[in-house]
Amino acid sequence: MFYREAGDFKTSYREDSQTFPIKFDRLRFYAVLAVAYGVIPLLINDYWANAVFVPFLIYSIAAIGLNILVGYAGQVSLGTGGFMAVGAYACYKLMTAFPEVSIFVHVLIAGGITAAVGVLFGLPSLRIKGFYLAVATLAAQFFLVWLFNKVPWFYNYSASGQINAPDRTIFGVFVTGAQTSAMAKYMFCLVMLTLVAVVARNLTRGTVGRKWMAIRDMDIAAEIIGVNPLTTKITAFAVSSFFIGIAGALFFSVYLGAAEVGEAFGIQKSFLILFMVIIGGLGSIFGSFAGAAFLVLLPVLLKNLLVGTLGWPTDLAAHIELMIVGALIVIFLIAEPHGLAQLWRVAKEKLRLWPFPH
Amino acid sequence: MPDQLLFAMEVMLNGLMAGVMYALVALGFVLIYKASGIFNYAQGVLALFAALTLVGIQQGQVPFAHLINAVTGLHITHFGWTVPSALAILLTLGVMVALAIVIEKLVLKHLVNQPPIILFMATIGMAYFLEGFGDVMWGADIKKLDVGLPQGISETVESATDAMFGYGFFIDNLDIVATLVAVALVAALTIFSQYSKQGRALRAVADDHQAALSVGISLRFIWILVWSIAGFVALVAGIMWGSKSGVQFSLSLIALKALPVLMLGGFTSIPGAIVGGLIIGVGEKLFEFFAGPLIGGATENWFAYVLALVFLVFRPQGLFGEKIIERV
Repeated sequence: MFYREAGDFKTSYREDSQTFPIKFDRLRFYAVLAVAYGVIPLLINDYWANAVFVPFLIYSIAAIGLNILVGYAGQVSLGTGGFMAVGAYACYKLMTAFPEVSIFVHVLIAGGITAAVGVLFGLPSLRIKGFYLAVATLAAQFFLVWLFNKVPWFYNYSASGQINAPDRTIFGVFVTGAQTSAMAKYMFCLVMLTLVAVVARNLTRGTVGRKWMAIRDMDIAAEIIGVNPLTTKITAFAVSSFFIGIAGALFFSVYLGAAEVGEAFGIQKSFLILFMVIIGGLGSIFGSFAGAAFLVLLPVLLKNLLVGTLGWPTDLAAHIELMIVGALIVIFLIAEPHGLAQLWRVAKEKLRLWPFPH
Repeated sequence: MPDQLLFAMEVMLNGLMAGVMYALVALGFVLIYKASGIFNYAQGVLALFAALTLVGIQQGQVPFAHLINAVTGLHITHFGWTVPSALAILLTLGVMVALAIVIEKLVLKHLVNQPPIILFMATIGMAYFLEGFGDVMWGADIKKLDVGLPQGISETVESATDAMFGYGFFIDNLDIVATLVAVALVAALTIFSQYSKQGRALRAVADDHQAALSVGISLRFIWILVWSIAGFVALVAGIMWGSKSGVQFSLSLIALKALPVLMLGGFTSIPGAIVGGLIIGVGEKLFEFFAGPLIGGATENWFAYVLALVFLVFRPQGLFGEKIIERV
């Protein structure tokens, strides 16, 4: 009734090729933005920011980054944790070396450095494919974590081997360090996420994204019709690592404040973000949000239920949580292998016909 | 002979032994990948689960004691009996077969014809589940596994090499046993797959699923069979690694050690798993010995991967993998 293309006449090319061609979608998008920017910052407190919103925003950025690589370009990567570590350490070195430059710039440069590292580790993808590539990206994961552990220059020779985010401000408001308010953390991450999502969405709609998808669907066929596999795969690695680097920088500087590389950016993180992408839906920007939300909320809910309501010991609850997460992932893959994004797509199809059944 | 060379030889021997241990884990991966095209990340956790179950049965632990205590307020831990090792191993094998059947019925059956990445993710989900399940069932504390395998430094090797070079090599007895077991295991698997009826069916499925189906081979039975065998291999690996370093969570991480072995040897080749394991074992031990002190040590975590990565750039299907033929 209210969700359909019919009757919504486009009179210019610009209108015809906009991101949300259906009016209802467009309004919904603006409504979500209005709530995210106008309502949540006023209501947010420390618990909600640290347990739910900030991790959700940061993981969404990482999931969008990984989704570009795995979902759009078809190159499976298990090195996400390592690339996030590159972003975090690059951001840390920049923050301590150039205190007068805005952290906003630092985060972007950290993304750029991660992109360069990503391209380096992406080069073998021209020869290695499928699971061999997935395992090969583990080389990046283990090597980078080892590097940040063993070379003291990266953590400024601190005795603990940890990196600590110094206090930095944007427009006079603290966004990193101990004095940061929940709202500042949330807003900083939200702005970054909005930028990343808009860029990602438009890249995947355009020439670049179509090339990625051609390579994903069949690289040899794509090569024959004139898609250059070298530049296509490399741009996928670069863009993906750029976003993942931004996520890593934010994860360290805004969310954790202090990080130890093996703990914060280990192999578990790579799997977590890959799960977000798969559960959310491969090749869908919305799916990245949905997957991140699902996997951030699930442990919080389970913990509240098992420890808070039932009063079980925390170690037992942690094991049961592991079981439930594992089982849910399997159930999810069986019930809907295309992820939450597919449910969303089906819902929209139904909405188009509503109130008629066919 | 110069000392340095002797040390290097000892390191190399130890590397070979470590390589055998990696190969034991890699074998399980190869079996499942060949028969069902599934890249089974849960293999390491299977080994952990097998070892946990073995210790639990041996010492007569009450399963789910922690959970029962938390719910009912009791304080039970053990039944108060111990089970002899041989019987415990048989019982554990039974548990692994049951697990294979459950996995096939609940998970794999529903995921037929899905893309490989989905199946891979499902095995990671299974790995999470089993990890939590094993801990809930048997408790998360570090356990000692003793099934009567010889421990400590082999004196025969030490005295023999001492007589030969004037310098005794330190080789772990357990590593020697592991090598023998690995040889026996590979021989048994080869004989099984070459000469038994089920083994032939297994190879047929590995060759072509549809053709195998059309001549009346039950795919589901083969999957249960191959997961059971993988469970058995996991049990062997679990016993070896558990006797070496205790049964604890880190045991499941040996899966990560086996991955570069697989890359090097090829996902589909059993001899590849063995040879890959040996190359990785020797390579990382020698690299740590020569280059480790110069660049800060603990290179074993990543060297295997980088070695496999560099190798793959020149030979993308691994050492013994089937040649990749791509058509449009």
